[in-house]
Amino acid sequence: MSAMTDDAAGIEPAAGFIPKEASIARREMLRQLARSKTFLIGCVLVGFWVFWAIASTWLIPHDPLEQTDAILQSPSFAHWFGTDQFGRDIFSRVLAGAASTLRVAPLATLLGVTAGTMVGLVTGYFGGIVDETISRIVDAVLALPLIVIAVVALTALGSSDVTLIVVIGLIFTPPVARTVRATVLGERQLDYVQAAQLRGERAPYIMLSEILPNISGPIVVEATVRLGYAIFAVAGLTFLGFGVQPPSPDWSLQIAENYTLLSAGTYWWTVLFAGLAIATLVIGVNLVSDGLQQVVDQ
Amino acid sequence: MSEPLADVGESPHALELDKLDVVYKVRGNDRQVLRGLTLHVRRGEAYGLVGESGCGKSTAALAIVNYLPRNGRVRSGGISINGRDALTLGRGDLRRLRSKSVSMVYQNPGAALNPSIRIGKQVAEVFRVGGAGTEDAVEHAHQALERVQIADVGSVMERYPHQLSGGMQQRVVIAMALAADPALLILDEPTTGLDSTVEAEVLDLVAALQSELRTSVLFISHNLGIIRKMCARVGVLYAGRLIEEGETETVLNDPRHPYTVGLLRCVPRGGVRKDHGRLDSVPGFLPNLGEELPGCVFAARCALAEARCHTEEPAAHEIGGSHMSRCHFHERAQALPREIGADLDLPPVDRAADALLRFDDLGKVFKQQGQDVHALVGASAAIWSGETLGLVGESGSGKTTLARAVLGLVEPTSGGVTLDGSELAPTLGGRSAADMRALQIVFQNPDSALNRRHPVRRIMRRTLKKLAGLKGAAAEQRMIELMKSVRLAERYVSARPNALSGGLKQRVAIARAFAGDPKLVVCDEPTSALDVSVQAAILNLLVELQAEKQVAYLFISHDLGVVRYISDRIAVLYLGRLQEIGPADVVFDGPHHPYTEALLSAVPTIDGGGRDRIKLEGDIPSAASPPSGCVFHTRCPRFLGEICKTEEPPLVEVEPNHSMRCHIPIEELRRLQARKADVHA
Repeated sequence: MSAMTDDAAGIEPAAGFIPKEASIARREMLRQLARSKTFLIGCVLVGFWVFWAIASTWLIPHDPLEQTDAILQSPSFAHWFGTDQFGRDIFSRVLAGAASTLRVAPLATLLGVTAGTMVGLVTGYFGGIVDETISRIVDAVLALPLIVIAVVALTALGSSDVTLIVVIGLIFTPPVARTVRATVLGERQLDYVQAAQLRGERAPYIMLSEILPNISGPIVVEATVRLGYAIFAVAGLTFLGFGVQPPSPDWSLQIAENYTLLSAGTYWWTVLFAGLAIATLVIGVNLVSDGLQQVVDQ
Repeated sequence: MSEPLADVGESPHALELDKLDVVYKVRGNDRQVLRGLTLHVRRGEAYGLVGESGCGKSTAALAIVNYLPRNGRVRSGGISINGRDALTLGRGDLRRLRSKSVSMVYQNPGAALNPSIRIGKQVAEVFRVGGAGTEDAVEHAHQALERVQIADVGSVMERYPHQLSGGMQQRVVIAMALAADPALLILDEPTTGLDSTVEAEVLDLVAALQSELRTSVLFISHNLGIIRKMCARVGVLYAGRLIEEGETETVLNDPRHPYTVGLLRCVPRGGVRKDHGRLDSVPGFLPNLGEELPGCVFAARCALAEARCHTEEPAAHEIGGSHMSRCHFHERAQALPREIGADLDLPPVDRAADALLRFDDLGKVFKQQGQDVHALVGASAAIWSGETLGLVGESGSGKTTLARAVLGLVEPTSGGVTLDGSELAPTLGGRSAADMRALQIVFQNPDSALNRRHPVRRIMRRTLKKLAGLKGAAAEQRMIELMKSVRLAERYVSARPNALSGGLKQRVAIARAFAGDPKLVVCDEPTSALDVSVQAAILNLLVELQAEKQVAYLFISHDLGVVRYISDRIAVLYLGRLQEIGPADVVFDGPHHPYTEALLSAVPTIDGGGRDRIKLEGDIPSAASPPSGCVFHTRCPRFLGEICKTEEPPLVEVEPNHSMRCHIPIEELRRLQARKADVHA
């Protein structure tokens, strides 16, 4: 009688099917990302600006705040991107301007995604009255004109990096919560959630340790999308005067300070390079987002 | 009308596959999926292609209609349909081939129909593509739907697919497939998603149409019973190679390939029960996709294999008639050693003792769009330690609701559950750790039952911590013990579920369920997502664990052979009401409730013959508006009369331990059902 041999043979995997400690799926995902042109170009663009946000202090040719008599000079060898109305070197200001955006936007995104994920987990997991109540509030917030709320809040609280982060982060919470909730609803029906309940797990454990790891893909994608919006939000609020304050070399602030000169028709360089900087960063973030999306969706 | 594909008169075959090799390109490498597949389907013949998942059945079907996924291609060999080479067709000819000569019916009818187009328009479109005018097309559609025995065609044509039941949807798909009067109809697991009574109806329909229209059919299925019922000839596919072929009767009664022999032994049938012995299983795994197999494809798992089997590919041996086997030792294939272990010592169930678990008048009403849906109505039964209560019924019968109410996952709206004599809280939140430990579950789908982000060790250790209070070295040791008891090798502890096969995942799920030494484990269709050879191993494991630990099972399944094998007693549910409950043999051998009788007769068996089909008319009524009186009266083959419509029969004990809910007296049922058996004998 060969009970053991029978069943022992029954569990022997075919050759090459031996699972590794590291997740094969994760490595496959990274391999796909490395092959995605969209993702790589996005990374290069974003990486470029992150580099300058950190390194500009030491590497730029001029102090971005130093005012000189050489005002409104067109691009030349001395000033590659020309100078502004205070005689400041625009090339140095564009490179140094990455810092303020990349300080505020990612932190605001992090706050919004974290808070949104928590709200989404709670509403999606519990459902019922909890879901109804919170989701209606979320809907109500989404119906308000966000820029107005932001302007009001920033006026009331005073503008600083911290208030900017908090305001943009809170504004992003509802849309993130909605996305996460939809994903949780799908996940919640899977039997492993019931298995966890049947061994007496409490709701926070099930949400954070069982469900959250399974929805990290869509959340990362959502975060990159939100980051693009956050960059726009910082730029928009700054342009209106509620965001980053002078004399910072912030891109949007540069545009705000100089756009009236455009009507004179000749001083295009005072606005163009800062505008291109914002555009390339946002495009870079969106490309990263698209690349991630394609891989996560597979 | 475009020119139809030339019907080459001299070809006797509707389909011919000649040494067909199909490969999938995976990470730059060609992986072979079909290995020299040669077969033919004669005109007007139904040919069955049978095999387990991953053997290449569906790939063959897709190759025939030239619809392989983008990374797949036919590397060599030939396909001819109606004598015409199907591989060299241009785009236009290919379209004509698909619209005129070949039709396909897939497993999931819901996905085959466009959800936003009304049935009538959808069916008519097939005729319009075929060249009919708009009005003619509608007329044809009407006739086509009548042909597939849809009652009230007019109203069905006005409906959208989601408003039809699964069986109706599949009829519509079949009507569309037959619209062009195809030379070849490919049916790929057409009834796998349907309930057994509905499945039986659809199969009857296909058989009737096939003999009436003389359509050639390629019937793909994993179910040998269905193949036996539907097909004159059968081919057994393993790892992309046809390893045995012949008349269905001959192959199933006198198999000549060890794989076929093993496969047939895996299936619990002919009333075999757990105390008769364990099921046979086919050891080992399918070879990997595209693995180099210089010898016999089955050699690695074959107990008869000798050295030459691993190096030399067996030729197609003719065994008389059209019977073919690709085995060097086909003449002694049936001497394949049985893989049955030592007989189990199943201790008898002591029903004189107090029951382990009892539920009384258990009911659940769901609110759905303002309507009350009575998913479960007044169910009462008891389960004793060490026994298995099988729970059968079609979808929507309340099986799962009953199980979930017992587990505390849904709060019952009436009645309650007692464990060892003490009342259980209605929901998990109120139950003690000991109560939770006592009741566990093995789910149907092992993919969704295990958290795909957690390695096996984490799943097991966490469960041991919560249910057994074990930590550290003690937990590690217990985990290894548990894995041994479900025959899982220790090295899988660090694997994540996606690296495991379905059978291995189910073993992990079983080990998890047993972590806290449960008293009762709910098994919710634990083998229906698995292949038959794996199913046998899992059933054996469950029985072994029961013998060892005296655990009770509440075993839900739609597969009556499986239920009969594992159950001591069986409860039959219909529309949320317990219709019959009794010892397994009594429920199966009768006299039984008319619904049980119909369920049993609906199942096509491998042994063939057996019972006459009792047809159940129509679909299962909605639980939101159940029929008056006896809920089964609308479909009952033994309908008595007015009393059935007005008065619900009580569940009464008709003989010792055997209860039934029917107005017909037991002696009358005995007489009716015995007469039927006589007629058949």
